[in-house]
Amino acid sequence: MPETLPQFLFEHAQKTPDKIALRERDYGIWQSISWREYATHVKYFALGLVSMGLVPEETIAIIGDNRPEWAMAELAAQSAGAKSIGLYQDSVVTEMVYIFNHADVSFVVVEDQEQVDKILEMWGELKGVRKVIYYDPKGLRNYTEEFLVYFPDVETLGRKYEQEHPGWFEENLANGKASDLAILSTTSGTTGNPKLAMLTHKSMISMGRNLMSVDPMMAADEFVSFLPLSWIGEQMMCMSCGLQVGYTVNFPEEPETVQHDIREIGPRVMFSPPRIWENFVSQVQVKIEDTSWLKKWIYNRAMPVGYKMADAHFRKETPSAWLKFQYFLADWMVFQEIKDHLGLRHLKRAYTGGAALGPDVFRFFHALGVNLKQIYGQTEINGIAVVHRDGDVKFQTVGTPIPETEIKIAENGEILMRSPAVMEGYYRNPEATAESLIDGWLCSGDAGYFDEDGHLVVIDRAKDVMTLHDGTKFSPQFIENKLKFSPYVKEAVIFGGDWPFVTAMINIDFSNVGKWAENHQIAYTTYTDLAQKPPVYEIIRKHVEASNADLPPAARIQRFVLLHKELDADDAELTRTRKVRRKLVAQRYADIISALYSQNPHVDVETVITYQDGRTAKLQTRLAIESLGKDK
Amino acid sequence: MLRGFTSGLNGSHLEAGQVQLKIEDVQLDFGGVTALIGVSLEVRQSEIYAIIGPNGAGKTSLLNCISGLYHPQKGHIYYKNGSQHDLTRLRPHQIAHLGIARSFQNIELFKHMTVLDNLLSGCHIHMKSNLFSSMVYWGAAQREQIQFRRFVEDIIDLLEIEAIRGQTVGSLAYGLQKRVELGRALALRPSILLLDEPMAGMNSEEKEDMARFILDINEEHGVTVILIEHDMGVVMDISDRIAVLNFGQKIGEGTPEEVSANPHVVEAYLGEDHVTLPSRDGDDDDESKEG
Repeated sequence: MPETLPQFLFEHAQKTPDKIALRERDYGIWQSISWREYATHVKYFALGLVSMGLVPEETIAIIGDNRPEWAMAELAAQSAGAKSIGLYQDSVVTEMVYIFNHADVSFVVVEDQEQVDKILEMWGELKGVRKVIYYDPKGLRNYTEEFLVYFPDVETLGRKYEQEHPGWFEENLANGKASDLAILSTTSGTTGNPKLAMLTHKSMISMGRNLMSVDPMMAADEFVSFLPLSWIGEQMMCMSCGLQVGYTVNFPEEPETVQHDIREIGPRVMFSPPRIWENFVSQVQVKIEDTSWLKKWIYNRAMPVGYKMADAHFRKETPSAWLKFQYFLADWMVFQEIKDHLGLRHLKRAYTGGAALGPDVFRFFHALGVNLKQIYGQTEINGIAVVHRDGDVKFQTVGTPIPETEIKIAENGEILMRSPAVMEGYYRNPEATAESLIDGWLCSGDAGYFDEDGHLVVIDRAKDVMTLHDGTKFSPQFIENKLKFSPYVKEAVIFGGDWPFVTAMINIDFSNVGKWAENHQIAYTTYTDLAQKPPVYEIIRKHVEASNADLPPAARIQRFVLLHKELDADDAELTRTRKVRRKLVAQRYADIISALYSQNPHVDVETVITYQDGRTAKLQTRLAIESLGKDK
Repeated sequence: MLRGFTSGLNGSHLEAGQVQLKIEDVQLDFGGVTALIGVSLEVRQSEIYAIIGPNGAGKTSLLNCISGLYHPQKGHIYYKNGSQHDLTRLRPHQIAHLGIARSFQNIELFKHMTVLDNLLSGCHIHMKSNLFSSMVYWGAAQREQIQFRRFVEDIIDLLEIEAIRGQTVGSLAYGLQKRVELGRALALRPSILLLDEPMAGMNSEEKEDMARFILDINEEHGVTVILIEHDMGVVMDISDRIAVLNFGQKIGEGTPEEVSANPHVVEAYLGEDHVTLPSRDGDDDDESKEG
């Protein structure tokens, strides 16, 4: 029985050498890589790294789009006994420097010129990095730095090394133990430097095994890998599940072609954070808005049927024969088409995780007949600990624990988890480890409880839960998700914990609102300009009112403002996985927030813009504040 | 997992720096109007050569003379690609066959065809199979088509238009259409690429992209580029040498530094209050609004 991820790889290469392991769309055509080819690349790349001096204590860092080389580099590091760490491509330089130096990175594998340039920029600050390996040579012909190496050249070095050390690789591969570190995974710390969770082969493999014992996957399944491979969710699907069961992992051509490529593959399983699902919903809503009246009419007849069916399933009732018939028609005329366009037609199961998904989005997909299930977990427990079972989906819960996973609720309401998938600790950070791991229990930092059916309910990050003025506890995320169901709302931040009433800062969705404005003959120039158009306020106001209607009075939004800029991960306002950093946002926009709680109909903001050449300019903008209801 | 280009985009076999195009004392009249008077210049292999000047200075006329749309009344245009050719009296398609490709100020693409088909149409100049064998589509014709497609895919990769390869050109945004037009010119595998205002009407981000593509084509593949452009920031950034036209005459030539220091040029074109390198005011305005 294989103990490590590379051992699984070589087992597949031996048993089903010609089956397709990876596919990548390149030159407009899906190019296949068999298990044998996959393993061969991994072997010689690993040997190449060893010949250049890689030792097991070291780490290789990988930065790039999802490509076969990404996966190969990771498995090569592991088969040489070392570990890998994936970095987000859009990480800022200081963060990268920190990770490289903190994680003992000796080799960096990057995609192309863009990343090479970034590394060159920080080269002077890097302590242990010896070589930078790139796999897309375009534009790099004239680079003379001797530490730059082309991916295939490393494999050539590996072949030479094998002639000198025959059998070394196989022996080393077999010596791999389940307790070896496989990867370091960055966790999106809400403050300061990222923490690096240490995940062993045992923990990664156990998580995939336990998930698949709940939701079996097959070697014939297809998976499209389009979310960053540095994210634990993608590691889980591509590496842990993919290597154990041996399904085909497909890599899109470019980030811009993902939608098209998903449709071509028609994946059987998907795991995405909420924003992807929210995005699907917006797309459908916007397209329906644009279509002919007849199609719109049919869609508006079909959706209520879908919702009725979904609600029946949620309540575990048997739908009436009449409803079944209606659903059959709606499915045949509308839902199949929509699913086909989104590439979801062959989906057996879809997971959402990483943050809470709004109930409206959930109902939408179940109405279409997409088996969307919530999962709950953290990087520190390899991504998944809790999942909805098929046919037992409740959208306010995250489901029940997977096998070998224990969950208990601490006295302060915090969710504690224990399983073989829990990390070893944070790399070189015993203080943080001691805070999160207590007697083998992982402290999640999330507040939650078990409901009457034994489902886990996650309220929110424990520190984010707010107490409304009437004393009830409420999750701001819940309200935000309700707002984000509108295709015109990209991001929303709710305030209200320490204040007399609830207010919202809203980011409009530039492309969708822009399109709406064009259709309604509203001229605009920039994001700021569009956000401040009175008709835009009017339409957002309608959505706010609609979401207020479903909320208890104390949690209703009284005033809101449309922000002049999008919250951005580059400005540290969002984490790389697009979660709002509340504390920082509250500090940065303190003026706007205090204006929200004043009587003022508007607020003046001054922003400092830094141009690429380093010059700065000040901009003054006036933002309108909209009041709802009686408190006007 | 093949990365990088399998075939070069450069059709020329000259060494970098050799004179590739020589324009000698060219004069072009339209009835009583003289568009070009005694213009002479040399363009060398693998350089980016910009032609600048105020509106009506004769920039596009000069480009049209090179590509054979106009025939100058006086003077000669010589072009070297293995052997020496006199382009002065040749017809546009003959000049295209010799390896001079161009894009137009107003986009000239097949609007109802896909991006891919537009690009493939640029390859047809190299097509060897005849009508009959193409219809049968077997053997050599098929191999040729595959080879063209492979080549065009390199261009798609270079210009980062993977996501739109199947869309009809007419449905694309203006900036993307410009990119496709550049791609089609590249599909000729040109020795010299003539670009007439490749960045006109683009926003600053699109301009930056386009500038990067032109640099890639030039630096990575060594294709000689002759371009007309009004955005001085871009011209100064990417050009190796610049010629300045005013009222049909060449009033200056040299590196960006030399040209921006030349008092005639400064007076005629850049304006008298011009101090050092032209600022990029236009761009900054756009950016600040986005803030």
